[in-house]
Amino acid sequence: MHPAFSVIFLTTLIGVGQGLFLALYTGQLYSVIKVLPVQDSPGFYGYGSLLALVFLVGGLFSSFFHLGRPERAWRSAAKWKTSWLSREVIVLPAFMGTTFIYSMIHISGWNPVLFSLSDALVVDLSLFVGGINMVLAFALFICTAMIYACVKFLQEWATPLTVVNYVLLGMASGFALSTAFASYVESDLIHFYGGWAIVLTVAAFITRSASLIRNNNIKYKSNLSSAIGIRHTSIKQKAQGSMGGSFNTREYFHGAKPSLFKSIKWIFLVLAFVVPVALLTSALATDMFILFLLAFIVQYIGLMAERWFFFAQANHPQNLYYQSL
Amino acid sequence: MTQLALVIDLNVCVGCHACVTSCKEWNTSGTAGYMSDYNPYDKDPTGTFFNRVQTFEVGEFPNTQTVHFPKSCLHCEEPPCVPVCPTGASYKRELDGIVLVDYDKCIGCKYCSWACPYGAREIDENQKVMKKCTLCVDRIYDETLPESERKPACVLACPTSARLFGDVNDPDSNVSEQIRDNGGYQLMPEWGTKPANHYLPRRKTNITIHRDELTRVDNPLNKERQLPMPDDDDQTLDDIMSW
Repeated sequence: MHPAFSVIFLTTLIGVGQGLFLALYTGQLYSVIKVLPVQDSPGFYGYGSLLALVFLVGGLFSSFFHLGRPERAWRSAAKWKTSWLSREVIVLPAFMGTTFIYSMIHISGWNPVLFSLSDALVVDLSLFVGGINMVLAFALFICTAMIYACVKFLQEWATPLTVVNYVLLGMASGFALSTAFASYVESDLIHFYGGWAIVLTVAAFITRSASLIRNNNIKYKSNLSSAIGIRHTSIKQKAQGSMGGSFNTREYFHGAKPSLFKSIKWIFLVLAFVVPVALLTSALATDMFILFLLAFIVQYIGLMAERWFFFAQANHPQNLYYQSL
Repeated sequence: MTQLALVIDLNVCVGCHACVTSCKEWNTSGTAGYMSDYNPYDKDPTGTFFNRVQTFEVGEFPNTQTVHFPKSCLHCEEPPCVPVCPTGASYKRELDGIVLVDYDKCIGCKYCSWACPYGAREIDENQKVMKKCTLCVDRIYDETLPESERKPACVLACPTSARLFGDVNDPDSNVSEQIRDNGGYQLMPEWGTKPANHYLPRRKTNITIHRDELTRVDNPLNKERQLPMPDDDDQTLDDIMSW
């Protein structure tokens, strides 16, 4: 497939936003059960989730560039019963809205206690709203990934690993950002977030490598014989029905040289996994904000390369009709 | 339930592209807006088409066959492009099984084109909506046309009658008969999309004649046993009389 930068930005940016919110909410949840120290409410959870919102808005903004008719985007919420894209279109704004409410609860300080499960476990409004938002965050990961995983004849995508990778890669980048954020506001959660960022990055490395290995050994169901229905071992295409190319020759081929295509794989493996883990490890040892920030930026660039490769690697069966490309 | 479709006979298609041009001519003149072209008279011409003809060479010289392969939307009975559409712009008509795009609802997200294994959908770079074969839905029901012309433009244009149009769910229709009798098949059946359009394979026209069929069985002379049957290499009256 031809990787569209609008979709690359959309999926990576909202992944960071979701991951960052999940990191912040995990911090709050742990502090409620007294595993972690309580943070400054407006400064940490409030502004932190606003930062997550910035990434989500950026992703949503970028997604409009993918549409031929962005002014009709509102129509895309119609077919949520059948279309994962439609579900994403509903869940993304819902998640953004709830993230904003969560952030405002912390910043305004209006956070009434709703109920208490025991003396130690008091559920206030922010914890409740955050809980709903956590569900939305995971729902959004699933919607985004299922858009790709549900297209069964794009065999590189049609695997549960796609969903696992979207969740883990988004969370890894979000936790990396939360580490940098915690370092910036000088919170004592740096090591908690940093540790989890490393764990999630390593986990994502394992599952993404698993999907790379799977895709290396993929057996394609369709071939030229089944595409045109002629059983023969030697079929050569002589004409493809257009002189200067068509939508079919532009949309479904990445167009990069094989050497570039291969090198992007190694580039993303290094930038999204190896370098961030090294940077995070050294940053945790030195507690330098700039290293945490660098770890996040490098990982984000790596994830953009990862997403480019994700699209480029998918081999659409319609390409069988365009043998000479 | 009616399922209108095309049956394309690869045995007689000569690859003349008459279906391509007549499709483009009819559909670019329709009320749904023209099908845009870029550089039509220049280097690298490109544009939106509902139908394209490709050519394949099967086998190694000298045992080769040139197969011209017209390719358009197959109007699947289980169209994978329809459920993925977020707006409902892509739909399959209950009435006749035609898969259509509502150009006023389409947001041009291209997801349906990803979900079509055949690459039958093309985005119109000018209108920015997804377009595809409509089976000339604006023509086949037009009662101002004589009944013989209520067929898709490509079918009417084909000089070798390689394109047949009809209801593939009606066992008595011409298309069903052709599929049955001439080994009609579907493209990429492995994906379970159940394409309504069928293709008829290349085939040789053979006739088997047995030896006894060369002899006239109801020869009255033979019947009445008046004369013995001449041997095969003997001269007969016919051999002497013919010039």
